[in-house]
Amino acid sequence: MRLVAETGIVFTREVRPTLRNPVGLVFGMAQPVVFLVVFGSLLSGLTWGDGASWQWFVPGTLIMMGLSGTVSAGYLLLAEMSGGSLDRMLVTPVSRAAMLVGRTLKESVLLLAQSTLIIVVVLPFGFRLHLVGALVAMLLLSVVGVGLGAFSCALAVVARKQEPMFYVVQQTLMFPLLMLSGVLLPIDTAPSWMRLLSRLNPLTYVVEAERALFAGDVAGSAVLGGLVSAVAFAVVGVLVGARAMRRVA
Amino acid sequence: MISTRGLTRHFKVKRRIVEAVRGLDLEVAEGELVAFLGPNGAGKSTSLRMLTTLLAPTSGEARIAGHDVRADPAAVRRRIGYVGQGNGAGPYFRVRDELVTQGRCYGFDAAESRRRADELLDTMELADLADRPAGTLSGGQRRRLDIALGMVHRPELLFLDEPSSGLDPQNRANLWEHILRLRASGTTVFLTTHYLEEADARAERVVVIDHGRIIADDTARRLKADLAGDHLTVTTDDPVRTARIADRVPLAREVVVDGNEVRLRVPDGSAVLPVLLRALDAATVDVWTAEVRRPTLDDVFLALTGRSLREVAA
Ligand SMILES: Nc1ncnc2c1ncn2[C@@H]1O[C@H](COP(=O)(O)OP(=O)(O)OP(=O)(O)O)[C@@H](O)[C@H]1O
Ligand SMILES: [Mg+2]
Repeated sequence: MRLVAETGIVFTREVRPTLRNPVGLVFGMAQPVVFLVVFGSLLSGLTWGDGASWQWFVPGTLIMMGLSGTVSAGYLLLAEMSGGSLDRMLVTPVSRAAMLVGRTLKESVLLLAQSTLIIVVVLPFGFRLHLVGALVAMLLLSVVGVGLGAFSCALAVVARKQEPMFYVVQQTLMFPLLMLSGVLLPIDTAPSWMRLLSRLNPLTYVVEAERALFAGDVAGSAVLGGLVSAVAFAVVGVLVGARAMRRVA
Repeated sequence: MISTRGLTRHFKVKRRIVEAVRGLDLEVAEGELVAFLGPNGAGKSTSLRMLTTLLAPTSGEARIAGHDVRADPAAVRRRIGYVGQGNGAGPYFRVRDELVTQGRCYGFDAAESRRRADELLDTMELADLADRPAGTLSGGQRRRLDIALGMVHRPELLFLDEPSSGLDPQNRANLWEHILRLRASGTTVFLTTHYLEEADARAERVVVIDHGRIIADDTARRLKADLAGDHLTVTTDDPVRTARIADRVPLAREVVVDGNEVRLRVPDGSAVLPVLLRALDAATVDVWTAEVRRPTLDDVFLALTGRSLREVAA
């Protein structure tokens, strides 16, 4: 119970600057929107025609946004570690776990807001919305967001003495994670070792579930796989992250 | 309130071991106001970080209000306030928001947190800055916010790591007003400072640390009397005989002749000077000038280490 209340306090603190200046939220979306517009239009002209490419691309874009957006959890944590404000928080009775979850929850909620915006943007271009599927998809995305934010925080703690390491590792991990999840290009035609790696990537299942959900297939096995994978990812992320937070001090 | 035994912290830096704090033994009673004084790198912040549960000791133990910092950090955290050497407020957060958050972190409800935040905005003269992100404040304004953050929950024990650094003289005086008011209300205050005058004038007790070890611990007055003593300077027509007479003054030390000037150190200069003058008069030595100079804490540090704190700190 206390953990919930404390998480709320940390979450409120973290989310307030965004509420006070929501324009930043839109700037954070520039990359996925540009990506969506360029690639989406390109491919719709080439292969599928009508609006079908959106159905394939939007879920991937949301995952991509999740990956790049939740990085800021670690980035902000790094800044607060070197500035001294994290120390101030660490001396209060608030638990380390609440500090971590509150932070990642904020990233997750922002991700939710951003995905809603993206969906609204693509609707006029022929994106077919299956409401229930979309809602479950967003829920799934926010669960993954918690995991991603938590891992990012853990990385920030590990790299706190050599900040550049944070960016190096983050970038190095991000690209293969993205490629191997089938976000950008279908993985079916890839060589078998790559397909194997992609099967080991928890995000792959999430991407598949997102695609199924946005296609309106709520009850398929892909959705179950995605949910299990996302929850497991988030739980492991939070455990690793909370452990790391306890190591800061 | 604070009790440490053999408190030690080592850091490993590039396979070398830095002994930041070596076997700190310290007892601070409830209601004391203690200044922790030492040159850069002496181990002040490291000690404070161990006492505030931010850093695990390499060995030794520390108890705060009876609670072991390692075994029961949560209990320690509930009882203390901490103003670190860095910035307590996050740069992207508004001044008032951070104060409100701080209240919430210590279990105040939302209304109480807002009330307390407004109160502190007033007393720390931050009201005009309340809606600005902390990152846009000047150094001194930010320091005032840091201090306000440390006082939000009215802790029974407050640690301050160089609270006055970056403050102009007027704000430093204000800060001391707050500290003395806290002290009057029973708060135990443990602070580090570089300002010798500050430790000298305000703290009841001065703990001097150098190379991770406590080298002196007493009231500023006694430290100065015991370790440095007052400087007496007399100029006379006969420095040689003056020096001989000065040597016979009880507890006189370091008698030095320099031209017509004779300097010596004694624990209580104002009491010794008349005695010395009378003795010189009786010996028909003609005294031209006489002066007592009070020692500073820098003299204490110099006497203890052979180095001047001013030079080391610069
Ligand atoms: N995290 C750390 N890693 C490695 N060495 C450290 C670390 N923190 C402190 N040290 C070293 O420990 C020693 C004591 O540092 P500390 O910060 O406690 O000094 P200080 O008395 O607070 O100095 P200052 O007056 O400059 O604030 C220094 O030699 C410092 O370099
Ligand atoms: Mg320091």
